[in-house]
Amino acid sequence: MDDIIILAIETSCDETSAAVVKNGREVLSNIISSQVKLHKVYGGVVPEIASRKHIEVIQGIIQQALDEAGVGFDKLGAIAVTHGPGLVGALLVGVSSAKAMAFALNVPLIGVHHIESHICANFITHRQLEPPFICLVVSGGHSHLVEVKDYCDFNVLARTRDDAPGEAYDKVARVLDLGYPGGPLIDQQARLGNDEAIDFPRAYMEDGSLDFSFSGLKTAVLNYINQQKQAGNSIVVEDVAASFQRAVVDVLVNNTLKGALDNNYDTIALAGGVASNSLLRKEIESKGRDAGLKVYYPEPILCTDNAAMVGCAGYYRLLKGYRADLTLNAHASLSL
Amino acid sequence: MVKLTSASPRQTGEIAAFIGRRVNRGDILCLQGDLGTGKTAFVQGLAKGMGIEDYVTSPTFTILNEYHGPIPLYHFDVYRLSHADELFDIGYEEYFYGDGVVVVEWPERIAELLPEERLWIRINYGSRQNTRVFHIEGWGKRYKELEEAIRKCWC
Repeated sequence: MDDIIILAIETSCDETSAAVVKNGREVLSNIISSQVKLHKVYGGVVPEIASRKHIEVIQGIIQQALDEAGVGFDKLGAIAVTHGPGLVGALLVGVSSAKAMAFALNVPLIGVHHIESHICANFITHRQLEPPFICLVVSGGHSHLVEVKDYCDFNVLARTRDDAPGEAYDKVARVLDLGYPGGPLIDQQARLGNDEAIDFPRAYMEDGSLDFSFSGLKTAVLNYINQQKQAGNSIVVEDVAASFQRAVVDVLVNNTLKGALDNNYDTIALAGGVASNSLLRKEIESKGRDAGLKVYYPEPILCTDNAAMVGCAGYYRLLKGYRADLTLNAHASLSL
Repeated sequence: MVKLTSASPRQTGEIAAFIGRRVNRGDILCLQGDLGTGKTAFVQGLAKGMGIEDYVTSPTFTILNEYHGPIPLYHFDVYRLSHADELFDIGYEEYFYGDGVVVVEWPERIAELLPEERLWIRINYGSRQNTRVFHIEGWGKRYKELEEAIRKCWC
């Protein structure tokens, strides 16, 4: 079979990203705006690339992706693009660019769901991994437990009813004055602390649903900090971080294992930014192994918002015969 | 300005649902309050009052979540924006001057872009745990009426 080379674009939130992916799983390039050094110099000052400036940087990012891959437009077999969920104004920049290129090159255009892409990041890191499996997608904006029945065939088992875990991390980091983004900073502090120091609540749904809720936990951490301050006690940041992280990870791991075992899956995958969390990886590996499950997660760069994963998802959509036409639109709340 | 106290997250939801049943297309609600005062809980109640069935989740990371019920609800959280003009990159005008109800968390961060007429809701921690104090003020005729309706029912 001839190689299929896909140019993929991701602009759903903060990052502008373009990638060239060969046969779904081989990444020839993966350019992400926040990782790129800006070439333009404004009055001698080199600013960081601002988030969500998609329209200003997308052409440069696409060109860089093609250059780094050593691929010209003539070698592209399809264009894949995230068309939701996300910020419509942001998504539209990617969707419009993809449409223009697909039309000009006369190649298939493929719209991809953002969560589907995160799941597919696992296929890039683990060449042997194939469906079916269950995937926990956890990031700043999402927490979904998804049955991956086949390529392009998903069923959402559970999601958050309030805050995504990445958001809870950011907010707790904010009150502990650790900075942003909260995930890696809390993870770092937590390694130095006692995770049994404070008994923060674990939210499990009363109705037996595997849905998540992290808002109550966030409030419990805030209440704890306020109470300690009022009582004149000093706060051990490492212990708060460790106890908070333990509460988040317990719920994520337990619900994921339950979802896998109840639905007869022997494989678990992680995806999304929070999949880089060291405790989550460690816990799900050890508890998964005890339960006889195989556990996979993507390399850290593929846990962030990036276009390589979009290229992988687009490849499987292409094989299954999905094609978007030029009416493809951006959808803020696209369902999987 | 109306001042009222909510005894629990549940009552916060009821106050919000009361407002949700009375909003019109084009309304702007500004929701000011520290972390953990229940802004998301408030918007959950508001959405329920508007007849929206979906889970309302926090838009802190995504900046904007959209819900499509009888009237669309556009839920902004602008905490992560460093400048008000970053809102232009999101195309905020289509929402602020569009066909739905807009609710903005951390509105003080984008003060210069807020329409002059709006309902301003400030939530503070109450003296006892779980209680919250609401200050609600309407700017402009439409929002004065909304403020009055709240006063009649809840004070």
